[in-house]
Amino acid sequence: MLALSRKTASPLARAAGRFVHNRAALFGLALLIPALLILLSYPVWLADAPNDIDLLALNGEPSWRHLFGTDGVGRDVLSRTLEGGRISLLVSVCSVALSTAVGFIVGAVSAFGGRWADAIAMRTVDLVMTLPPAIFLLVIASIAGAGIWSTVFVIALLSWPVLSRMVRARLFELRERDFVLASRGMGAGMWHLLFRHGLPNSIDILVVYATLQVANAILLEAGLSFLGLGIPPPTASWGNMLNGARSTVVLEQFPWEWLFPGGALVLAVLAINFIGDGLRDAFDPRAELGGS
Amino acid sequence: MSASPVLKIEGLRTDFRIGRHAISAVDDIDLVIPAGETLALVGESGSGKSVTARSVMRLLPRKLGMIAAGSVWFTGKDGQTRDLTKLDEDAMRSVRGREIGMVFQEPMTSLNPVFTVGEQIAEPLRVHSGATHSAALRTAIELIGRVGIPDPAKRAQQYPHELSGGMRQRITIAMALVCDPVLLIADEPTTALDVTIQAEILELLRKLQRERKMAMLFVTHNLGVVAEIAQRVAVMYAGRIVETGPVAEVFAAPRHPYTIGLLHSLPRLGQGSAMRRAGVRLPSIPGVMASIADMPKGCQFAPRCGFAADPCRVEIPPLAEVAAQRRARCIRWREIAA
Repeated sequence: MLALSRKTASPLARAAGRFVHNRAALFGLALLIPALLILLSYPVWLADAPNDIDLLALNGEPSWRHLFGTDGVGRDVLSRTLEGGRISLLVSVCSVALSTAVGFIVGAVSAFGGRWADAIAMRTVDLVMTLPPAIFLLVIASIAGAGIWSTVFVIALLSWPVLSRMVRARLFELRERDFVLASRGMGAGMWHLLFRHGLPNSIDILVVYATLQVANAILLEAGLSFLGLGIPPPTASWGNMLNGARSTVVLEQFPWEWLFPGGALVLAVLAINFIGDGLRDAFDPRAELGGS
Repeated sequence: MSASPVLKIEGLRTDFRIGRHAISAVDDIDLVIPAGETLALVGESGSGKSVTARSVMRLLPRKLGMIAAGSVWFTGKDGQTRDLTKLDEDAMRSVRGREIGMVFQEPMTSLNPVFTVGEQIAEPLRVHSGATHSAALRTAIELIGRVGIPDPAKRAQQYPHELSGGMRQRITIAMALVCDPVLLIADEPTTALDVTIQAEILELLRKLQRERKMAMLFVTHNLGVVAEIAQRVAVMYAGRIVETGPVAEVFAAPRHPYTIGLLHSLPRLGQGSAMRRAGVRLPSIPGVMASIADMPKGCQFAPRCGFAADPCRVEIPPLAEVAAQRRARCIRWREIAA
């Protein structure tokens, strides 16, 4: 009777339980959640807008007026760093949502669509994977032009293939499982199988992939913007802030102009990777075998 | 006028494609199951009993297995008789689960690990009759009680891994019955369970069948289970039915050497020590079943049969009527009976 009174936990709840016992992941979360709150709320409490110019402080060093200093045209580095974070977040979340959807759909078509669909989908994946990312990014970005949505599109286009492979493998495995046969025996159609059985049983892959890919997308966006192919100035982004600070004079004499956006980039990527690793461990089916 | 039988299989042949060849996994299957009756399909591993059951449901491995000949006449809830082999996939889907329920061998793996069992029982109901979520869940909880699980409301909210094997099999039975099917196909539902649980599950199936007047096709390799649950039995060997008839008569006086061999090789309770003292080993049928890819000419059982003679090796014997409602696929059944 005592054993029965134990609280029923869904597989998701048990994974969450393992997640909160992971120190690195908690650290990532402790870093990310306040950062998100600050990012989203800064226009309310910060006097300077990212493009406001303070002509009295060109290349001004950090002070009470400008906590992170100002850049060469007198814009507040703190508000630009925060705005850059917003842009990074917007670009990475949108591109990851897009690439996750594409990856899942291609994987599903591959697994359920029969031999020809599988062959075509997987050869397409091979093709996309062989494209050298940097050059491909440059070409696409120069065709699609700079801007937030073309950056989202470019990043998404490059990052779905790995996910579609993983989804395909999982769905192949699920397809042969008895409960899928049983479900077909109950009269379930393909869409039902895919979204009632396929999707919930692949959620671990999707969550882990999406999290790690957010970090990746932030880096890609910064890289693109640094090369002048991502977010066009004057819109702030970590990448084009770094680009603006790359002259030797700025590098040596006004370190706050690159230190803060660069540091924010490192911390964001680090925090998200910690969370992603924690999620991966939490979803690992072997995790419950060892330990208590 | 008596209603037509729920299931009537005529001359069913299912082929499997292996490489470039089509090989018959089952051939020349004739079966009739009237409402309220249980037919047991027995045979050893690879004799084609599961393939027969899955052919009825058309759940054969994709692109590998296909029904090559014969028809499966099924009389549904609306009283209409249809040939399931001719239905398109959409029509077949509405038959599965709603008209024919199926219970599988492995209760461990035939439930989805990420949903509560209540939701899984409710699912076919929502798919087929478009019931609302809460209404379907209420039906599911009621059914969990009916299959003999105490505290159904709580159990419905549990996940498969929290239930024992016997309970999971009760859940899969509830799942198969939720749409009130007229035919239940049970593919070795007790094989993965231990003996005491087996008896409970059989008792449950018998009770539910009586209440609902369902027809049941029960696939098993356990002759004891056949005697427990079925009125009639069909013994399969190498993809064909070799003997069929009422269970009691077939067991009391088998007319096919294979059935005789099967019954002889059953251990009897309490005989073990006596046999050991006398130095007698448990009899078994010599040899192994021929591969379906490499069938001997003539009677498939001839290579293992003590009664085999030259005429046996010429052609496959017909399923001859040996008594009222009884058939055997052996040309020497008269000598065996004597």
